[in-house]
Amino acid sequence: MKRIGDGAATRIGLIALAVIMTTLFLVIPLAGIFYQALAEGMAPFWQNLTSTFTREAIGLTLLIALLTVPINLVFGIFLAWLVTRFTFPGRRLLQTLIDIPFAVSPVVAGLLYLLLYGRTGWLGSILSEQDVQLMFAWPGMVLVTVFVTCPFVARELIPLMQAQGSAEEEAGVTLGAGGWTLFRRITLPNIRWALVYGVILTNARAIGEFGAVSVVSGSIRGETINLPLQVELLYQDYNTVGAFTSAALLAALAVVTLMIKAMLEWHTHRREKTA
Amino acid sequence: MSITVSDVSRRFGSTTALHPLSLEIKQGEMVGLLGPSGSGKTTLLRIIAGLEAPDSGSIHFGDRDVTRVHVRKRRVGFVFQHYALFRHMSVFENVAFGLRARPAGERPSNAEIRDRVQHLLERVRLDTLAKRLPAQLSGGQQQRVALARALAVEPEVLLLDEPFGALDAKVRLELRRWLRHLHEEFGFTSVFVTHDQEEALELSDRVVVMSNGRIEQIDTPQALYRAPANRFVFSFLGETNRFGGKHQNGRLQQGEAWIAMERSNIAPEEVLLRPHELMLTTAPDGRAHLPVRVDAVSPVGSDVRVELTADWMDTPWLASITHHDFDRLQPERGSELYVIPSRWHQFAPESP
Amino acid sequence: MSARAARVLPGFSLSLGVTLLFVSLILLLPMTSLIGQLSTLSWSQYWAAITDPRLIASYRVTIGAALAASLFNALFGLLMAWVLARYTFPGKRLLDALMDLPFALPTAVAGITLATLYSRNGAVGSLLAPLGIEVAYTWLGIALAMAFTSVPFVVRTVQPVLEDLPGQADEAALTLGASNLYAFRRVILPHIWPAVVTGTGLSFARSLGEFGAVIFIAGNMPYRTEVVSLMMATRLEEYDYAGAAAIASLVMLVSLLLLLAINLWQGRFYRHLHGGRH
Repeated sequence: MKRIGDGAATRIGLIALAVIMTTLFLVIPLAGIFYQALAEGMAPFWQNLTSTFTREAIGLTLLIALLTVPINLVFGIFLAWLVTRFTFPGRRLLQTLIDIPFAVSPVVAGLLYLLLYGRTGWLGSILSEQDVQLMFAWPGMVLVTVFVTCPFVARELIPLMQAQGSAEEEAGVTLGAGGWTLFRRITLPNIRWALVYGVILTNARAIGEFGAVSVVSGSIRGETINLPLQVELLYQDYNTVGAFTSAALLAALAVVTLMIKAMLEWHTHRREKTA
Repeated sequence: MSITVSDVSRRFGSTTALHPLSLEIKQGEMVGLLGPSGSGKTTLLRIIAGLEAPDSGSIHFGDRDVTRVHVRKRRVGFVFQHYALFRHMSVFENVAFGLRARPAGERPSNAEIRDRVQHLLERVRLDTLAKRLPAQLSGGQQQRVALARALAVEPEVLLLDEPFGALDAKVRLELRRWLRHLHEEFGFTSVFVTHDQEEALELSDRVVVMSNGRIEQIDTPQALYRAPANRFVFSFLGETNRFGGKHQNGRLQQGEAWIAMERSNIAPEEVLLRPHELMLTTAPDGRAHLPVRVDAVSPVGSDVRVELTADWMDTPWLASITHHDFDRLQPERGSELYVIPSRWHQFAPESP
Repeated sequence: MSARAARVLPGFSLSLGVTLLFVSLILLLPMTSLIGQLSTLSWSQYWAAITDPRLIASYRVTIGAALAASLFNALFGLLMAWVLARYTFPGKRLLDALMDLPFALPTAVAGITLATLYSRNGAVGSLLAPLGIEVAYTWLGIALAMAFTSVPFVVRTVQPVLEDLPGQADEAALTLGASNLYAFRRVILPHIWPAVVTGTGLSFARSLGEFGAVIFIAGNMPYRTEVVSLMMATRLEEYDYAGAAAIASLVMLVSLLLLLAINLWQGRFYRHLHGGRH
């Protein structure tokens, strides 16, 4: 088939331009992270990586992701089921509300929570009387991360479930299946890749969130410093190798995320072709 | 299991899908719901299944009022329009689904499930394909899986939504006969939806003709074709030629063309004619003067279809003549002939 | 009564309950606090808070840099989408996967990396300095950071549209004797135009709110290289919660209007391309 822009000169020229620009714009910064981390050799890199400070930051980062991902996974499934399988007044409004965390600056997200749960906020003042403090503590960091990442799973599921329609589930019901059987045996197998994809995106953002978390963290060493905040802190202290060591760790996670994503896409692509 | 539909109606927002209607379906009967799209036939079928709830009225299976019974508990077999097979499950697992989905106490043992599914797959001649995924099957095979899956739960009522709509003509014909056999063998009550009059007439014990959310006529195929209740049913059941004119001097006249007839009080200004009720001749006689020009000739199947045009028609006519007549007249494009109607039909004008 | 019986699929009440609980607690409740905080301000105080000259300078910096970043991404994204959708070549899948890097990479990491690379003695900055181009601690650096973090928007909205474009459209144009550029402009561009605008709009919206990637390279000099997100963070550090809330209300309003405009734009073209259905 002959197509526009298939001439050899156009083709090679455009591909070359794309590769060069991607290299300049994306590959060099990515490589730069690892280069900076190892700029003074393996020893300082290893020392930074295994320090208590880094270990604590890793621990907190994992804790946040570990709590955020399941919460948003469950919420995303319920929301997608609700808006794709039923019609009810306010359905569009609900879908728009869910996009808010996407649209606003992460600093606004942090600020909303600080205003609510901070000592001056109405809920925060009630809670502080009970000696519960959410802000400038890890629970607050989890809360804002849940806020920031709540659209990811639902946004992956909704278009897919809408396209698939509910005929298979209706067939399941006429055959006598109850709610849980229906979900586990019919819905889940059809959406599992989108679900994994949504989880990956949620996880990546939960690990890497900076703006919202920095507002509610209070930067207490050993308590409320996660990896991205540690990167900032060390960088401001002119500890470049230290900052880039943690940055390299996060970048490695990002690369793993991209690899899983590429594998999933390849997988679903192949399935579509055989189907 | 007989089905009784009483005064069932349904609205979607501001549109009325079904005006209150009633219908009796006898035990073991096969009934076709026939109508154009938007006639409410699918809505009626889904209400019988419990996939939609009626705004008013009731549904009985035998003596049991099932109006408020959830579809899960209604024990109907439902075959969906595009089959809705579980795409990630093998043919075997698709058919076994209904049995496995039962609560632990009522669930048959694995061996029993295997036997029953195997038996059903043999019935629908798919036992060699049990391990395939739906996407690896042809349309006709998918249709048979959908049927086997619906039959696995031993329903007393089988409901089918456009069961052959997505298949090509040859497979369609084969499956129709096969479904008819299956129905007689299992003895369940079947209701199916179709927009294809041939399908409805061939398969059904009785046909329910619907339009605009109303039942136009319920009858056996023979009675329906021979004595359509109104103009809609007549024109929906087959090709229709229309002759419109003014009545004068014992003739219905339109320009130079006329048919000799008594003035009818039902429809004084038009008659409808089926293609096989038109005879073609080389000269008019006292019964009618209908000069026509042959526009196209297509010898398909047992008779020859001839398209006719004339200035006095609002739309071209279609005549179907025997091969014998065709050989005698040798009509070809441009031939000038005359039509003599052997029979015609008159109905009260349709109320909009 | 019958409407409830009509819900054939299970789980309506449960999923509605879970969703409403979540939305109320996580989304709506925090927003009430913003309104509460704003109500402590009089109109004149509110006006003063959002028209502070240093803040107005930051509006200008943010909007200008975000515009530059999203326009750059419109061109870069179009190029990448075209190359990835139309051609096959070795390493294509790697290139495709790289497009998502800015979403996967934490913004703070992107921020310190760009700041280091483009500083005057950084790997790239030292090459640009002799040419008189300063990136770090200038407006250009802010635009660069914004462009980096919003790369995927245009690529990922245009790419599927290009992939869906039937080959016959190309062939028809070429059999009619059109040149490559003319055929692209008249046949392909009208088709992908809505997606380009949508992607650019999303990229712009994201750039307006960008924080982590920007603050390191910006240098944060008052009146010159401060962005709006930073101004909010600064107010919070000064415990001026009301001032921060005032800015946040404006930012949220603009973001929501932008989001709404993008959705409407998308919806309009969807209808247009699908013959009025949906």
